[in-house]
Amino acid sequence: MDRIKKFFSTFLLFELLKGMAVTGRYLFKPKITVHFPEEKTPQSPRFRGLHALRRYPNGEERCIACKLCEAVCPAMAITIDSEQRTDSTRRTTRYDIDLSKCIFCGFCEESCPVDSIVETRILEYHGEKRGDLIYTKEMLLAIGDRYEEQIAKDREADARYR
Amino acid sequence: MNFQDILFYIFSTILVASALGVITVRNPVYSALLLVLAFVTCAGLWLMLEAEFLAIALVLVYVGAVMVLFLFVVMMLDINLDRLREGFWKWFPFGAVIALIMVAEISMVLVGKYFGLEEMPTPRPQDADYSNTRELGRLIYTEYVYAFELAAVLLLVAMVTAIALTLRHREDKRSPNPSKQVKVRKEDRIRMVSMPSEKKE
Amino acid sequence: MENIQQQFVEIFGIEWGSMLFSLASNVTFIFAIVIPLLLGVAYLTFAERKIIAYMQIRVGPNRVTFFGIPWLRGWGQPIADAVKAIMKEIIIPTGANKLLFILAPVLTIMPALAAWAVIPFSPELVLADINAGLLYILAMTSMGIYGIIIAGWASNSKYAFLGAMRSAAQVVSYELAMGFALVCVLMMSRSLNLGDIVNGQQGNSLLNWYLIPLFPMFLVYLISGIAETNRAPFDVAEGESEIVAGFHVDYSGMAFTVFFLAEYSNMILVATLTSIMFLGGWLPPVDMEPFTWIPGFIWLLLKIAFILFFFLWFRATFPRYRYDQIMRLGWKVFIPITLIWIVLLGLIMQLPESIRNSFPLNIWF
Repeated sequence: MDRIKKFFSTFLLFELLKGMAVTGRYLFKPKITVHFPEEKTPQSPRFRGLHALRRYPNGEERCIACKLCEAVCPAMAITIDSEQRTDSTRRTTRYDIDLSKCIFCGFCEESCPVDSIVETRILEYHGEKRGDLIYTKEMLLAIGDRYEEQIAKDREADARYR
Repeated sequence: MNFQDILFYIFSTILVASALGVITVRNPVYSALLLVLAFVTCAGLWLMLEAEFLAIALVLVYVGAVMVLFLFVVMMLDINLDRLREGFWKWFPFGAVIALIMVAEISMVLVGKYFGLEEMPTPRPQDADYSNTRELGRLIYTEYVYAFELAAVLLLVAMVTAIALTLRHREDKRSPNPSKQVKVRKEDRIRMVSMPSEKKE
Repeated sequence: MENIQQQFVEIFGIEWGSMLFSLASNVTFIFAIVIPLLLGVAYLTFAERKIIAYMQIRVGPNRVTFFGIPWLRGWGQPIADAVKAIMKEIIIPTGANKLLFILAPVLTIMPALAAWAVIPFSPELVLADINAGLLYILAMTSMGIYGIIIAGWASNSKYAFLGAMRSAAQVVSYELAMGFALVCVLMMSRSLNLGDIVNGQQGNSLLNWYLIPLFPMFLVYLISGIAETNRAPFDVAEGESEIVAGFHVDYSGMAFTVFFLAEYSNMILVATLTSIMFLGGWLPPVDMEPFTWIPGFIWLLLKIAFILFFFLWFRATFPRYRYDQIMRLGWKVFIPITLIWIVLLGLIMQLPESIRNSFPLNIWF
């Protein structure tokens, strides 16, 4: 009996039909694809995207050139030069992040004593030439200026857990 | 010269050229491919003789199956042409004699009184609905049935022999058996064990 | 038509004029077949991507459109793909045999298109109404293998060569089962002419189609057809996970696209043949008023689309066969089944008329 059943289920392609029934059912299921530019998945306030350098509300840049981020960076993507300014504070003269090296671990953000270097929610950026992905101090500050509102809100949301 | 003649000369030029190519070209793959070309043009010539069944069967059997296997083998072989050429002049007289005999035989058949142009005139063109497949089948299974069956048996014997020569069972060979694999049921392979969870100390 | 023929005769004389006229009209007919066919191939790739995507709960290509019309989103994709392929460079690998490397795609597409010559699209609409149509199709499909073998050899690459070997062995072995399945069809129809085969299935309804008396042969033919065109689940010839892409690893740009075109037009060809042999070609499913209004050509297209949908469905469903399993299926399962069926069918057809008429519900023999 078992062998007869086996014979018929083999030659009537029963198992293949079962498989096709599954895919056939899925043909009509609602699709879960996110249509990217129009739709986006929600992001966490901790999202680690493009870097930015922040300023204090009075316009003074936060970074004090302590070079902790440079030291902690596992990919050695950060390069900092510093010198004393005329008002005798220490500031960076050069703050480069090579985004083609960066692994977006967020250690620079963690290590920063003054919340200067942060990672924003921006993920849609690109470079068209070699070197386009090396972001300089001016560029990073510009990003910080532009998205300060969002950055501040994200820090505030996350502050409880730090 | 009408259209058919032109076609005939085109086909026969290609046929002769490719047949010459088969034996003169250095690369064995090229010569196998030229043989394919020869077969196809030959089929074209047969089509012009209104032997469409034979023409298509030629393409189907020789081009579609036999030459594929030929190519298969030729491509995998690493043929050293210099070694093949070594004995050429030594065997040349022998080959030449054989070729001469063949030419003589063919010309005797073709020029002789049985197959001469007078004995074998151009056949009358058939009607459009004439199926030479049907006619061929009728002849093969009535008049020539013994010859046909004999040929079939011969082929069968050759096939069985080829298989018997190459088939050997090796004891140390491990190969999967799909029909066995398919028959496996989960009851035969899996034993469900219920184990009591360990007590905490 | 006669008018044009008159003019040809007037210009070129009686013999050459009619010859050239038939040449010109045939070339026109060929273009009328090939151009829609290639468009069909383009949109078959689109349908494939879309249907397989839907079966995997994705949405598939949905960006490229014509003139920004929103409801045509995705429909421009095959055109965009074609343009991209044409623009790309054809790279010829070092050590490749240049002549054969270029010749291989041509040899693949030639039989794939040539086989369409004998396909009847409706009772009158057929390019070459030859008596041995079925044999011609078998011969043409068996020639497609040369392109693959030559491509594999000329690429001077192990992967390509392995793919070609696999493909050659597979196509040669499935051709047998396919041929035997077709022998059953031509036993039923008593003709090798495709038009006569369709006419043999004429009757009141779809019960007269050869699908019913030859159902196992239908399955064998369909499955061998998939194997013959090297489609999933029999696509070991280009198994991505083992030999990268098989015989066309080293091809790029238009040369690759030609292989692609050949594969898909072969697919359409197999679907067309299945509909002609087993699904009654241009015949409507029921020979009644509302169905007979639709022209036969449309019915044929619908049937082709139906079979093609199954091809895509199979690809979305089944995992790839192992190579030894493919060979086993071809030689040890299909060929015995078809041989048994041929003998059975022959026996039934040789029964005396009175016994055959006493079969209950018999409308076929």
